[in-house]
Amino acid sequence: MTSDEALVAYTLRLADNALVLSQRMLETVAAEPELEEELAHANFALDFIGQARMLYTQAGELEGQGRSEDDLAFMRDENEFRNLLLLEQPNGHFGDALVRQFLFEAFYLHLLEALTRCTDEGLSAIAVRALKEVQYHFRHSSQWMIRLGDGTELSHARVQASLNNAWRYTGEMFVADEIDLAIQENHGGPDLASIQKLWRRDVEKTVAEATLTLPDDEWMASGGKQGQHSEHFGFLIAEMQYLQRSFPGATW
Amino acid sequence: MVTAKLDKATVHEWLEKVLDPEVPALSIVDLGIVRDVEIDPEDTVTVTLTPTYSGCPATEAIETSVVNALKKRGVGAVSIKRVLSPPWTTDWITDSGREKLRRYGIAPPSPSLDIACPQCESLDTERVSEFGSTACKASWRCRECLEPFEYFKCL
Repeated sequence: MTSDEALVAYTLRLADNALVLSQRMLETVAAEPELEEELAHANFALDFIGQARMLYTQAGELEGQGRSEDDLAFMRDENEFRNLLLLEQPNGHFGDALVRQFLFEAFYLHLLEALTRCTDEGLSAIAVRALKEVQYHFRHSSQWMIRLGDGTELSHARVQASLNNAWRYTGEMFVADEIDLAIQENHGGPDLASIQKLWRRDVEKTVAEATLTLPDDEWMASGGKQGQHSEHFGFLIAEMQYLQRSFPGATW
Repeated sequence: MVTAKLDKATVHEWLEKVLDPEVPALSIVDLGIVRDVEIDPEDTVTVTLTPTYSGCPATEAIETSVVNALKKRGVGAVSIKRVLSPPWTTDWITDSGREKLRRYGIAPPSPSLDIACPQCESLDTERVSEFGSTACKASWRCRECLEPFEYFKCL
């Protein structure tokens, strides 16, 4: 794999993460328990779509095969997506969706922060912009973790169960493969082992404040970064890609 | 048709009339997203714009408005350059832009948490929600005059 190929693959992973999470978040619009969360999720999902668009555009330009952001988002098959398994998991109840958001953002925040210092100008510019947005998201998801964890007996028990269920999808974030290593070596990209320490510190702090218990590190699922997805993912992209698949090249 | 040679100041004046579709009190110049105007010897105008938020839905609408505004005044060729770095910050909103926001009823971004009510200027205000009608605004209320208002978030 050349240095440029690794950069394309890496940029696509970031784009896929942002797009898949935004797709899941948008499924909850008009189904939130209160108006404020309705606005919050729509706002946050929009930030992720914006990040995905910039990343896809950049990956397409770097790849040099004339693929646009839409081609990359809507015309690739399931096994060509490289998002984390955590992000494609179904929304479940409010606590499930919140825990997914919280665990990912605690990671994404530090990843972006490290990417602001990478030597690829395009990637660092997007990271600077996205970092400010995600700091704001993370504040929000942390507050909700505390509110539910340190809330009623029922909310505590339910969000603890959500945390236990989601935990098995967190290991994959920190397993560096040849693409991660290539970005680290050639472009001064993030070191996932250091990111894991920062992630753990932040997650532990909020989980403790929320009076929740951190699950044990047992078996961890992996495969999303290599295109091996959970059974939920096919349904997600079938819905997301329906229009472009039925009417290729449709615009408005 | 434009007969006299185009100059940057004129193009800038025209751009001052292109409004932000989400906050129509502000022009794109007030918002600080016009980073550069270049005119080549063939009178092709290149306008460099920096988007506000990553997912700002107004980005494309603004680019189209710029092209239309300049073509309407007879500019033959307009090209838009989108530049991400350095990223836009609310610090780039001009002083007159801040004043326009206030008169429109939106509290301008402020690094401190003393947000003055755009109606009565009281500092006795409180945040109702971190979210508002667009991604860039939060909902606030004045405890003095009791009016709800929007606050343009600091970014």
